[in-house]
Amino acid sequence: MKQAEFLNVVMPFKDKLYRLAKRLLVSREEAEDATQEILLKLWSKNEVMETYNNVEAFAMTMTKNFCLDRLKSKQAGNLKLVHSNYSDENTSLQSQLEAEDSVSWMERIMEELPEQQKMVLQLRDVEQYEFDEICELLDMKPTAVRVTLSRARKTVREELTKKHSYGIG
Amino acid sequence: MGLDNIEKLLEKYFEASTTVAEEEQLRDYFSQEKVATHLEQYKPMFNYFSIAKEERYTKQVPLKPSVNYYKWISVAAVAVLTFGVYFGNQYQEKKKAEYAYQETMKAFELLAENFNRGTEKVAYLKEFEEAKQKIYNNN
Repeated sequence: MKQAEFLNVVMPFKDKLYRLAKRLLVSREEAEDATQEILLKLWSKNEVMETYNNVEAFAMTMTKNFCLDRLKSKQAGNLKLVHSNYSDENTSLQSQLEAEDSVSWMERIMEELPEQQKMVLQLRDVEQYEFDEICELLDMKPTAVRVTLSRARKTVREELTKKHSYGIG
Repeated sequence: MGLDNIEKLLEKYFEASTTVAEEEQLRDYFSQEKVATHLEQYKPMFNYFSIAKEERYTKQVPLKPSVNYYKWISVAAVAVLTFGVYFGNQYQEKKKAEYAYQETMKAFELLAENFNRGTEKVAYLKEFEEAKQKIYNNN
């Protein structure tokens, strides 16, 4: 597979890889590194790539595994991922402040979720994958996906309700 | 889109039994400026999902032209080697020919020198001939 061909295949979903990596690793730099790593790995496999029937699913699974490994090794090394990108684009106007505030709030809520829930919520509500695709990507049973998703959504709702009624973090 | 419909969808949404299309309806509804006050609290959630989807991976990935690189290097190496052997042989042969030429020239010079020495000696014979003529003429 030529480089241009490879880029054509990879371009449509490279943002999805990055967003999944960022959901799991939180830090932007870490997520960028992970995405680059995955793309290079894919490129080194470009000879056999034509035989995969779904490159996107394959790449997403690779990203998931890579990030989980990464998290595990960080935990083992007793290191915490450092990040400072809770609120990007500081050029916000007064009117945007409130909206941005709720975005970073949501980000924090999602960060607190267990990894499995994070991934299911990311794949379903952000990327709008179908259930069977999520099952394939995460290697889960359909019922497990539904239960996890429902749990994740309810947790988010609970946190939001807390904030809504008390107006505090 | 009626409000009770949205409420029903929301209920299904939290049980994770909505379809992608129904979830799209929910996102659409909550992207409006005005939503029902008792649903206000869900607004950040759905808006966040739409915003989160906007994030892009902007870094360039340095893709190397992998295996082909080595192939061309080996081709170049083989070419250099062949030329080297070919021209090297030519050069060697030229050297050998030059050496042979030099040696032959030396041999010829030696020969010529010895010939000259011979002719010098023959010059005495001429004196002898002249003397002989003189004697004949006197008689």
